[in-house]
Amino acid sequence: MTKNKERNYLLLVGGLIGILSIVLMLKGNPANMGFCIACFLRDTAGALKLHTAPVVQYLRPEIIGLVLGSFLISLGTKEFKVRGGSSPVLRFFMGMMLAIGALVFLGCPLRMVLRMAGGDLNAWVGLIGFILGVYAGTLYLKRGFSLGRNHGLGIAEGLAMPLFEVILLILLLAYPATLAFSTEGPGSQHAPIWLSLVIALVVGCTAQKTRLCQAGGIRDLIMFKDATLLWGSVALFATALVMNLIYGNFNFGFAGQPIAHTEHLWNILGLFIVGLISTLLGGCPMRQLVLAGTGNTDSAITVLGMMIGAAFAHNFGLASSGNGTTPAGRIATIVIIVIVLVIGLMNTRRQKA
Amino acid sequence: MKEVDARGLSCPEPVMLLADALKGQEKEILLLVDDFAPIENCTRYAENHGCQVKRQDKEDYTELRISR
Repeated sequence: MTKNKERNYLLLVGGLIGILSIVLMLKGNPANMGFCIACFLRDTAGALKLHTAPVVQYLRPEIIGLVLGSFLISLGTKEFKVRGGSSPVLRFFMGMMLAIGALVFLGCPLRMVLRMAGGDLNAWVGLIGFILGVYAGTLYLKRGFSLGRNHGLGIAEGLAMPLFEVILLILLLAYPATLAFSTEGPGSQHAPIWLSLVIALVVGCTAQKTRLCQAGGIRDLIMFKDATLLWGSVALFATALVMNLIYGNFNFGFAGQPIAHTEHLWNILGLFIVGLISTLLGGCPMRQLVLAGTGNTDSAITVLGMMIGAAFAHNFGLASSGNGTTPAGRIATIVIIVIVLVIGLMNTRRQKA
Repeated sequence: MKEVDARGLSCPEPVMLLADALKGQEKEILLLVDDFAPIENCTRYAENHGCQVKRQDKEDYTELRISR
């Protein structure tokens, strides 16, 4: 009974997020990028001048809205609970590496689904890497991988992340001159602030209520043969696809896809990193943002790690562009995969015993 | 009755601990969890495997009494 109810909610919310993502794109966000957590944290890092790549700087209200949306709903439903302390430093660095992997592919799992719904076959290739990454993560989990238990913490610790987002919102609305904004490229393309903010608040609320997670959907199917969570991603894909077909944004093929490249191996390996780390952390980038709003400071530190990782990706030329990957990005991808595989081994119970 | 303490663990570890416990012979498992997603995931897993779940909320955690 409860299972069907959860599935129906996920279908509804996934479908809604698919529609809202395309609305954001139609209203100005970059192509196939109604939402992209990695890209938007990267843009936010750019707006704060943590990196200075001129084409990807904008303080994305979507990030602010996602955190504050889940913060408000968790307060309202008494699900706000301050907890943390489960390997915070490791989570920070894993967040960094996750963002770098995502920017080699050019998208988080959410944008992967949106790109798939836009007919971008490179994202379908990337999906292979994502599934393999999640699968590799489940192998570690089965061997007893754990980042350790969290525990209850003081209220200030839990409020820090939502309040940081409030400060960003104040900067964006009242002091935009203190921030860097792109005048060309993806960073210059954005929906009106209020629309982005309101849609993200709705998505943050509903994603928290349904626990929507792209990595979790595949993970639960592999580990527990339970497709409940996956239905959210399927519905998101379906409604985004229909919207793209209606509004003429469906462009089937490999070449000439917006903010994407056609290097199959690196699309696979980039999303392999994302799938693997998401599974080890217990959630995809969007889920981390949403959890950060509910007082989960392990997720908050992961989000900060992703933001810094995204800044590193541009400061050191690791991020791909429409022209393809970079030599440094390819090296970073291999190094990160090795590091994460080692982290996985070092955190399995069997090793400690 | 077997007690499994999954407090403070992030998804999907609580479900995995429950799955391990269900492989044993115990008729009843007392699962301690303290986060909302694990409560729902463990309940769903138990019900999918033909178990009955009784939930009791304590001050800062939840007891799931899982019987088959």
